[in-house]
Amino acid sequence: MAIAIEAPAQAKLKPAAAPGLFGTKTRKKTRLVTAVILALISMGPLLYMISLSFQPPSEIGTGNFVLWPSHPTTQNYVQAWDTVKLGQLLLNSTIVAAGTVVLTVVCASLAAFAFARYRFRFKELIFYLFLASLAVPSVELVIPQYLLMDRLHLIDSLLGLTLIYVSANLPFSIFLLRGFFEAVPHELEESFRLDGANSVRVLTRLLAPLSIPALAVVALFAFNAAWDEFVIALTLINSSSHFTVPIGLSLFIGAHTTEWGPLFAASVVATVPNVIAFMLSQRWFKSGVSLGGIR
Amino acid sequence: MTPYLLIIPAAAFYAVFTIYPIFRQFDVSFFNWQVFPGSQSPFVGWSNYSRLLHDPAVRTALYNTALYVVITVPAQMALGLFAAAVLTDRLPASALWRGLVFVPVVTSWVVVSFLFAYMFSPSGGLVDTILGLFAGHAVHFDWLAQTWSANIVIWLVGIWKGVGWSFIIFLAALDGTARDVIEAGRVDGATERRIWRSLIIPSIRQSIVFVLVLLVIGAASIFQSVWLISAGGPYGSTHVLYTYAYQQAFTDFSFGYAAAIGSLLAVVLFGLSVAEIQVLRPRGD
Repeated sequence: MAIAIEAPAQAKLKPAAAPGLFGTKTRKKTRLVTAVILALISMGPLLYMISLSFQPPSEIGTGNFVLWPSHPTTQNYVQAWDTVKLGQLLLNSTIVAAGTVVLTVVCASLAAFAFARYRFRFKELIFYLFLASLAVPSVELVIPQYLLMDRLHLIDSLLGLTLIYVSANLPFSIFLLRGFFEAVPHELEESFRLDGANSVRVLTRLLAPLSIPALAVVALFAFNAAWDEFVIALTLINSSSHFTVPIGLSLFIGAHTTEWGPLFAASVVATVPNVIAFMLSQRWFKSGVSLGGIR
Repeated sequence: MTPYLLIIPAAAFYAVFTIYPIFRQFDVSFFNWQVFPGSQSPFVGWSNYSRLLHDPAVRTALYNTALYVVITVPAQMALGLFAAAVLTDRLPASALWRGLVFVPVVTSWVVVSFLFAYMFSPSGGLVDTILGLFAGHAVHFDWLAQTWSANIVIWLVGIWKGVGWSFIIFLAALDGTARDVIEAGRVDGATERRIWRSLIIPSIRQSIVFVLVLLVIGAASIFQSVWLISAGGPYGSTHVLYTYAYQQAFTDFSFGYAAAIGSLLAVVLFGLSVAEIQVLRPRGD
C-alpha cells in the first residue's frame, strides 16, 4: 500500500523560497561566522580531550599546558584497557543500554498506541500520571530504589539497573510517540483493518513505519540515558565485574593520584558510541522533536 | 480490553520502579531508618523534617542549588535561543553546525565533569594558561579550592552541556513560525526588536514553557557534576541538595534523613513545575 501525503494545494501558491527568519536581510556572513564560533565552543573541550588522550605522561598533568602532544602515544589507551578492564566495562554498558533501548521502545510503543488510538476509562488520568514523573529527576529516587532492589535481590545486577532505566525513560517516550501515532490519519487505520489487519499489525506495519523519527529519538535518548547514567549504577553496583562505563571512569580519580592520561583515553572511547548513536539518529532528529508535540 | 493490555507492560514498570519508590521515600522519611539486616528502624514522626529546618548544611545546599538554577537556566535558554536564531535559516553546511552544537548534550556527565576539572586545574590547565596570556605572567589559580570559583566551574559545565538541548527545541519551534507574518511585519516597518518581542517569542511560547520547566527540574536535581568536580568541597561549601542527601544516605547511613530531603524536594519540584506551566500559559486558554 503506497502512502503519499500531499501538500495542501494552497501551499503551492506560495513563492518558491519562503522568506527566512531574517527576511531578505540574510546576514549570511555574520551568521556563518557565529555558527563556526558556536561549533568551536561546543567542540573545543572535546577536541582538547582527544589531544589529552594522546599525550605521554611527560606532558599530561605535569604542570605545563600542551595543546597537541609533540610525540603522540597510544599508551594511555593501552593502560586504560588494562587497569580498569575497559573491555568489560564496555560490554556491561552495552548489555544495559541495549536492554534499555529494546524494552523502552517496545513498552512505550504499546502504551502510546493505546493512548493515541483507543478510548478507555481514565485514559487521560493515566497519561498524566505518566507525564507527572517528568518532574521526578532520576537521582530523586535513588534511596527508595536501592531499598527496593535490595528486597528484590537485584543489587549488583545489570538486570536491576536496566529495569530502573526503562522505567525512567518511559514517560517521555510515551509522550513523544503518542503525538506521532495520533497524527496518522484514521482512514489509513480503517483501510488497514478492512484488509483484515489486527492491532499488532496496525502498530507494526502502519504506525511504527510512519513514526520512524520519533522512534529514533526515543531510542537515542534511551541509549544515552543508559550509557551515561552514573548515580544509580554507583549505588546499586558494587562488584567490579559489573561496573558500567561511567563507574569505571570515576575509578581513575583516586584519593592520591589521578591517572589523567588513561582517564581521557577511556573517556574518548566511552564517548564514541554516544556520537555514533547521535549521528545515526540525526537525520530524524528535528522532525522527531517538532512533530512530537513538544512545540 | 485491548487498550489495557497495551498499557500493562509500561504501567507495570512504572508502578514498581517509579511510583512505588516515590511513596516508599515518604514512608522512609518518618523513620530513623537502619539499612543493616536485623536492625530495628524506630518511627520518629516528623523529626527528620524538623532536623532539616535547622541544619545549616541544608541551608548551604539549598542556596547553592537555587543559585545553580537561577544562573544556568536563563543562560542555557538565552544561548540556546541565540544559537537557534543563528542556525534556523539556511547556511552553508547547516546540518554540520547544528549537529556540532548539539554534541555536548550527548556526551556523558562523568566525562565532561572530569574534563572541565582538568581544564580548570592550576598546573597547566587550559583556562589558567589562557588567563596567563592576558595577564602577561603565569597564572596558577586553583579554581576548585575556593567556593565561588568551584561554583563557576560547575555552572560552566552545566551551561556548556545544556545549551544544545534548548537549542534543538527552539530550532524546531522557530521552524514552525509563520515566516510570511514576520516578513509582513518587516515590510510594515517594525524594528527587529519588536518583531522578536511581538511576533516570534509569542509564537514559540509553548516551547519556552516546555524548556523552562524541564531545565528547572534538571538544574534543581544537579548531582553528578558537583559530586565529581568538587565533591561538595571545599569543606562542604559547594554541596547541592542531592549531593548532601546522597552523602547523608550512603556515607553516613542516615537514610531516613536523606529521604526527608528527597521527599521535600520532590514536592517543591512538582509545585514549581505546575506553577511555571500556569504562569506561562497563554491567557484565555
